[in-house]
Amino acid sequence: MIYQFEKAPRMARVVFTPNIQRHVACPETMAAGATVREVLEAVFAANPQARGYVLDDQASLRKHMAIYVDGALVRDRVGLSDAVGPANTIAVFQALSGG
Amino acid sequence: MSDHLLVSTRKGLFGVARKAAGWQIAASEFVGDNVTLTLSDARDGRTYAALDHGHFGVKVHRSNGAGWTEIAAPVYPVKPEGHEENDMWGRPLAWSTARIWALACGGTDEPGVLWCGTLPGGLFRSDDHGESWHMVRALWDHPKRQKWMGGGADLPGIHSILVDPRDSKRVFVAVSTGGIWLTEDGGATWGQRGEGMRADHVPPELTHDPIAQDVHCLAQCRAAPERMWVQHHNGIFVSSNEGRTFREITGVEPSTFGFPVVVHPRDPDTAWFVPGVKDEKRYPRDAKLVVTRTRDGGKSFETLARGLPQVHAYDVVYRHALALDQSGERLAFGSTTGGLWVSETGGDSWAEITHTLPPVYAVRFA
Repeated sequence: MIYQFEKAPRMARVVFTPNIQRHVACPETMAAGATVREVLEAVFAANPQARGYVLDDQASLRKHMAIYVDGALVRDRVGLSDAVGPANTIAVFQALSGG
Repeated sequence: MSDHLLVSTRKGLFGVARKAAGWQIAASEFVGDNVTLTLSDARDGRTYAALDHGHFGVKVHRSNGAGWTEIAAPVYPVKPEGHEENDMWGRPLAWSTARIWALACGGTDEPGVLWCGTLPGGLFRSDDHGESWHMVRALWDHPKRQKWMGGGADLPGIHSILVDPRDSKRVFVAVSTGGIWLTEDGGATWGQRGEGMRADHVPPELTHDPIAQDVHCLAQCRAAPERMWVQHHNGIFVSSNEGRTFREITGVEPSTFGFPVVVHPRDPDTAWFVPGVKDEKRYPRDAKLVVTRTRDGGKSFETLARGLPQVHAYDVVYRHALALDQSGERLAFGSTTGGLWVSETGGDSWAEITHTLPPVYAVRFA
């Protein structure tokens, strides 16, 4: 298996909304990084099609998407600089806005 | 003559075919999803569909006749550090594809070349059947581009792209709002066209400024490309010199307000419109749905109503939702209330295909 959790303690868990799955498969995964940006870019490096579904053309979070770190909404939707710890879970979900 | 239609709607893409019993819905694709526009490429048989997934953004799919594949969507370049640009509401303008509002094939001498117009105003070109897109920077970086404003949407957008059938390097685009633009060198440089159009919704000093014009739809006669027709927010305009100057057509009943226009491929004097009450109400006058047609270059118009609903019809027909086939005989249009009609007689009479579709955004002969 690719991931060796004991040797890669900075890996965060990343989960995606079920609604994205019919467009592009985004299985739960583990990825390394100290910020939401770093973790997500690691995920998207392995799944490039998913990137455009979550981030806009300027690599900001799409307007009607929401990202939570352990249940708290990220504050920096542009830079995605919110810190992520090794035990954190990043949840990439939809906002209810935008229908 | 074409026997197939592609109908883009808020809830899917519908293929309509002419059968022995008449025109019928023969296929449904992307059901439930917002399909905003299609393009059928007669050069190679490929079909393109633009989808807006809302939360997940704008996507493009392509079919070679054996199923759809997601391909690249146009992506705006990275906004330069420190670049400040606001929309007409004073909010920072997002350099991000908000909608695909125009799709067009390059010339017959440019296999694989596609053009794509978007909100908030970016024009993109693909040289590889949509595998990749690049923004036409010369238009985006044109100093006057920042004077474009929202019209049909909050953001400005390119809704009409016309490749000159005589010279593929000459491409016209029309912007709501931002008037008509022409490149004669494949996109390297751009100039404004459209003297003579008139905008009522701006202060008097801007009324005749070509950049202030809210062109709803621009059409060009294939056999006589110097003839261009415009359905404008303020009425109908016609040009006989490739859009350098326009003349306003007035006195057309029931209205000169509307969104689409199509022009006969061989007869520059024949064009069709779908009129509505101007402009904040936007429904067929007296709730009677009609098409208007001129066959003499705008000197006179006929009102075509046979087969169309004449009681309590509140259908609006968007700018991409009226189509004319290559023969110039067959027309079709779809409405915001889910009606779809076809004519095989140049509009003299119409047959309803269905009135239960989702809101129709675009109709194209395939």
